[in-house]
Parts: sequence; C-alpha cells; structure tokens
Amino acid sequence: MSNSHDAAACATCPVSNTAQVRKLGAQLGRWDYTIALAGNPNTGKSTIFNTLTGLRQHTGNWSGKTVVRAEGGYTYQGSQYRLVDLPGTYSLLSTSVDEEVARDFVLFGQPDATIVVTDATRLERNLSLVLQILAITERVVVAVNLMDEAKRHGMSVDVRRLSRDLGVPVVPMAARQGEGVAELLSMVAQVASGAYQTKPYVLPLQDAAIEAAIANLEPQIRARFPQLPNTRWVALRLLEGDASIMRAVADGTLGDVRKGLAVAPILLQEATS
Amino acid sequence: MTPQPASDPLLQQAASLRSQIGDNIHDHISESVYATAAAISDRAVTRDGQVAAFRLDRAIDQVVTSRIWGFPMMALMLMGVFWLTIAGANVPSAMLGDLLLGNVYTWLHAVADALGAPWWLSGLLIDGMYMATAWVVSVMLPPMAIFFPLFTLLEDLGYLPRVAFNLDRLFQRAGAHGKQSLSMMMGWGCNAAGVISTRIIDSPRERLIAIITNNFSICNGRWPTLILMGTIFIGATAPAAVASLVAAASVVTVTVLGIFVTLIVSAWLSRSWLKGEASSFSLELPPYRPPQIWRVITTSVIDRTLLVLWRAVVMAAPAGLIIWLMSNVQVADLSMAAHLVAWLEPLGWLMGLNGVILLAYIVTIPANEIIIPTILMLTLNLANSNLAQSGVMLELSDDLVYATLTGMGGWTLLTAVNLMLYSLLHNPCSTTILTIWHETKSLKWTAVATFLPIALGFVVTVLVALVVRVLT
Repeated sequence: MSNSHDAAACATCPVSNTAQVRKLGAQLGRWDYTIALAGNPNTGKSTIFNTLTGLRQHTGNWSGKTVVRAEGGYTYQGSQYRLVDLPGTYSLLSTSVDEEVARDFVLFGQPDATIVVTDATRLERNLSLVLQILAITERVVVAVNLMDEAKRHGMSVDVRRLSRDLGVPVVPMAARQGEGVAELLSMVAQVASGAYQTKPYVLPLQDAAIEAAIANLEPQIRARFPQLPNTRWVALRLLEGDASIMRAVADGTLGDVRKGLAVAPILLQEATS
Repeated sequence: MTPQPASDPLLQQAASLRSQIGDNIHDHISESVYATAAAISDRAVTRDGQVAAFRLDRAIDQVVTSRIWGFPMMALMLMGVFWLTIAGANVPSAMLGDLLLGNVYTWLHAVADALGAPWWLSGLLIDGMYMATAWVVSVMLPPMAIFFPLFTLLEDLGYLPRVAFNLDRLFQRAGAHGKQSLSMMMGWGCNAAGVISTRIIDSPRERLIAIITNNFSICNGRWPTLILMGTIFIGATAPAAVASLVAAASVVTVTVLGIFVTLIVSAWLSRSWLKGEASSFSLELPPYRPPQIWRVITTSVIDRTLLVLWRAVVMAAPAGLIIWLMSNVQVADLSMAAHLVAWLEPLGWLMGLNGVILLAYIVTIPANEIIIPTILMLTLNLANSNLAQSGVMLELSDDLVYATLTGMGGWTLLTAVNLMLYSLLHNPCSTTILTIWHETKSLKWTAVATFLPIALGFVVTVLVALVVRVLT
C-alpha cells in the first residue's frame, strides 16, 4: 500500500513529469504522434495502457485477452499522443490473426514509436519479440516491467547494459505501482520526435548465402518502395515466402504506408479445401 | 483485379533466390532470434543464488495442474463460486423485487390512473415495458454483482490459465487446438467475446471448431437462468441445510456438461467436416499475482455487471412491449400469444418443455438475459392471472416464482431440468451470430454454428423427456 501512496504523492509534485500528463481516454480529435504498445501476454501491457490513457480496458492475467486493437490518448508536454494497444503476442514469426494484427500495425501503421513491454522475470523469452520488432522499426522503447516481482524473486536487470546491447532506450518499471511511468513518457516523447536517435541491433544470420540474397533484393525493394524504412526485413520475408508480404508487394500496398493509418481487418479464410 | 504475383519481377527474383537457399530460412531466423535473446538476457540479468525463484508458484501449480487433483480442484472452485452466488443473492433479489415490482409498480399505476391514461397505454408502458425491465433488474442484478467479482478474482489470480492447461490434453485428444480452452473460458463471460478471442488460434480449421463450439460455454445471459432453476426446482428437493449446495452442484453439472459437449462436438467436427491434425503450441502459466481487490470490484461491477444489465434492460423494454401486445391483441377470441403457444405446445411437450418456453426462446433471440422474465410474463398473462395487474405480485420471492410456474404453467422437475439443458443447447444470441458471421464471413459456418446447438438441444431434451416419462 505504501508504494502506491508514494507514487500518488510523486505524481502531483512539480518535479515529476507525470504531472504534465493529461489522460484523454478515448476522446482524441487530432494527434501529433502515434505510439504502438506491443509485448508478450501477461507483461502488464494493458495496465500501462490504462495508466497512460485513463481508460479502463479490462485486463486479465492470460493470453488472448486483447485480440483487437484498443486505442486511447494522452497529452504530454503539449503534444497529443495516440496510443494503440496491440494484441499480446510471443512472436511476429507465425501467422495467427492476433500476431498479424500486431505485425501489420507496426509495419503499415508506421507508428512514431513502439513501446515493447517486457516481463523482467522472463526477459529471455520476451527479448525475442523485442528483436523481431527491432527488425521492423527502429523507433522502439523497451519497458522492462514487473521489476518489483523480479526483485522479490532475487533477480536484477541491468537496464543500462540492456539498452546498450539493444541500441534503444530501456525503462525499468513497476506499472502496477506507477513506477517508471514518468521516465517512459519522456523516452517515448524523445524517440517519437526524433530527439533520441536509436541504433537498433541488427540480427546476424551467420549464413553467407542468405546475406547475399538479402543484399541482392534490398536495392530492388528500395527502388520500388523508396519510403520504406525496413528493407532488410521485407527482403527476409520475401525469401521466406511470406504470403501476406508478397501480396502487399504485388498490389503495391507495401508502399502505401500512411502514418498511423489503421489496417484492414483480417478475416478468417475458408478452412475447407 | 489483383496482380498476379508470378508476373512481378521482384517476387520472381525472390522466388528464384528462395529456391537456391532452400527452405530452412525460417528456422535459421528463429534460431538466430532465440540465440541472440538468450545471449543479451544472460548479460543483463543476474540471479541471487540465495533466493529460490518461484518456488511457491511451482508448488501451487503442481497441485492445481496435477493429473489427480486438477479436475476435482476445478469443480470445487466452481462450486464455491456458484454457492456463494446462490446463497448470497437470495435476500437482495427479494428486496429489489419488493421495491420495483411492489412499491414502484403500484405507484406507477396510481399515477397513470390519476392522469386518466387509457388502459392500453398504461398496459403497454407499465405492465409491458416496465414490468419486464423491473424483473430483469431484480432477477439479474444481485447474482451478477456477486458472481462477476468472484470470477474476475479467479481470473486476476492467474487460475484460469491453469484450467486451460488441465483441459488442453482433452482438447488435443479431440483434435482441436489447446488454446480453444482459453476461448471457451472467454465464452463463460460472453459468447460474442469468446468468438472474437478465437483469433489467438493459428489454424483456420481449429479456429472454426472453436467458433462453432463456443456457444456451449454458458454465458452471462444464461447463468441467471441456471442459477434460478437450480435454486427453486433442484435445490428445493434437498433438505434446507444443503439446498444451496445442491443448487450450486446442479449449475456446475450443466457447466461441466457444456465442456463435454464442446469436446465431443470438436472431436466429431475434426473427424468429419473439419478433418485435420491438432497443432501443438506452448501455453505459458503466468505467475500468480496478488489480485488488486479494489480494481477487480470496480471493473467487474462497472464493466461487466452494469454493461450486461444495461444490455438486458435495453432488450427487456421492447420485449415487454411485444409480450404485452401479443397477450392483449385478440385474434378470434384468443390472444396472439395463446395461438402461438398452442401451436408450439406439441413440440414443447415432446421436448419436456412447453409452448410458453419455446415462444419465449423465440422472443429472446436478441438476448438470453431476459428468458426468465419473458417466461414469467407469458405464463401470468396466459393464465389470465390478475396477480400482476392487481398489484398482488408484490415481490419476486423464489416461492412465488415456483408457485407461478408449477401452478399456472404446469411445470414439473422435468420442465426445469430440460430448461437448464436447453439453456445450454440452443442457438447463440443474435449478437453472437452476427459476430460469427463477421469472423468467418461464411454463411455456411454461421448457419452450422446457429442450428447445430438447436439440433443437439432437441435430441437431448426429447431423450431426457422420453426416459423420464417411461420411468415414471
């Protein structure tokens, strides 16, 4: 109890920049920045979403709770932020609808920053999603949540080391107690505005043939879709034979990325064949 | 006019490169991702060797997910939740009924009389719309206000994923996806939400199975029916001391029956129309977290209880209007409702139900929530009872509901049991049907999901009625 009390006191003291946050709930007319909120299930993603927007999205301690995008907003230091809560997923590699919703928003929605919420007690598993998102977008802030729980289980996380390895800002948090919210807001603002230039870790493939194939495809992709920031990732998807990306190349929608635009809903295809 | 991928030069180039590299690129990328994640996490995380991590979590998990104790624990938890709901809701339900159906109702009629309103207007508004709404509120509000916080508490604690873990083995054997246990439990809240939550299932085949069978999860709108039937018909057959326990057990039985039907139908679908192998997946057991009691109460009361109640009230008012009209518009000396009920009666008898119940299920397609109030109003109106009109129906005590149903409706224990069964096995509400259409965009599967449960319900109730009638 004392924890939440302290956090409440901090939020109103003038030094804290949480005092500069105004929760907008779902009332959002125009916005300056679009922020995506990604992460594994059970990491406190929805708690962070609710804390920032003042909304009361139902949270649950299991996967499959959020399968559609939820949106809300807040203002911070005079700018309007639109926050999009993506379905909690373990990876962006396979093809279930929830993973596709998350991936398509990060790819086609072109958020100004993506917050990846991770669980400090299960960092290894959570980092694979971080690495996959870093391959799509470089504007990432990693929130290491549940630091309190990690401490209780005798674990500590070196966030500076982590930040150096990943090449993006890393914020330690205990969202349920309101800890780390101020720092998260500030980091998101810096990454979204471009004040903080990230240097995302590039996944080595240690396979000369694949690297050569990527090098072969990348210039062609860049020529065809000049505004696309993640040509390496697209090249990999094409080499893998990803059907939805191939479709997006063929009909030109891959180049049709518009800031913060919603993605068409994905429907269940006829299962009988 | 989608361009042919084959004719796209970039895609052709990619395809030829792909054939050179071979198709292990996906594995290669996955491997690289996981190896890198492990290396980075090793550098950043330090563990204190003194503190054994997650020992308590694991100890609890060993009990609640054990092969021997898993299912008994699950049944016990459900029993506890229903028992608290049934035992706790009685008194406030009667008090609310007393206020809304007694005091407010007579006051409204007094006001209407004073204003000189014509009989049909006050009938439509007060005996129709108001009555249905008031019944919905007094029947549903107390049990929901107890049930939802308790259920949300289990969810918040992290117990539900353990239930999913226990059920996973059974779903795999049924040829369905293990994650279907999660969407099934979402269905225990609301089937429309359950159908949407099947999006976590990767394979379209397994997702369709999960969508079609989601209706066998008892939803918000159906819990009150089961709880009421369990209380006044089944619990009442037991000695008073254990009545609410027996009532709770009957509700748990129907719930577990729903799980069995889900498994059987899934197994049948995956061996006939939707043939295929079950795909494997990993299910994470999240750490137990102390629930945030206050937040659980506010979210479950505001987001679930009031939302469901609002939906019921919105549906109840027009339904009340229709019921009043049907009961008061005369066609050839009989009310329309009487004609319809008489027409449905043979079918109802065959199913161990009656014409009133079947008519009520047609009227309440938009919302299961109002089935009991609809049945009560129709029964009272058809019996030409002036209980309600003369203000005698002062309270909605369980005794009075029991007396109304057995006395005027001619209900027996069989009627109640078959109503509970039919409540489990009938068409999804219109919202869920629309959601299924939205998620599948297939008329065929929407129709299957709608009519399959009705067919099952028909077979099961007819069989039960037959057996009971032969034996007695």
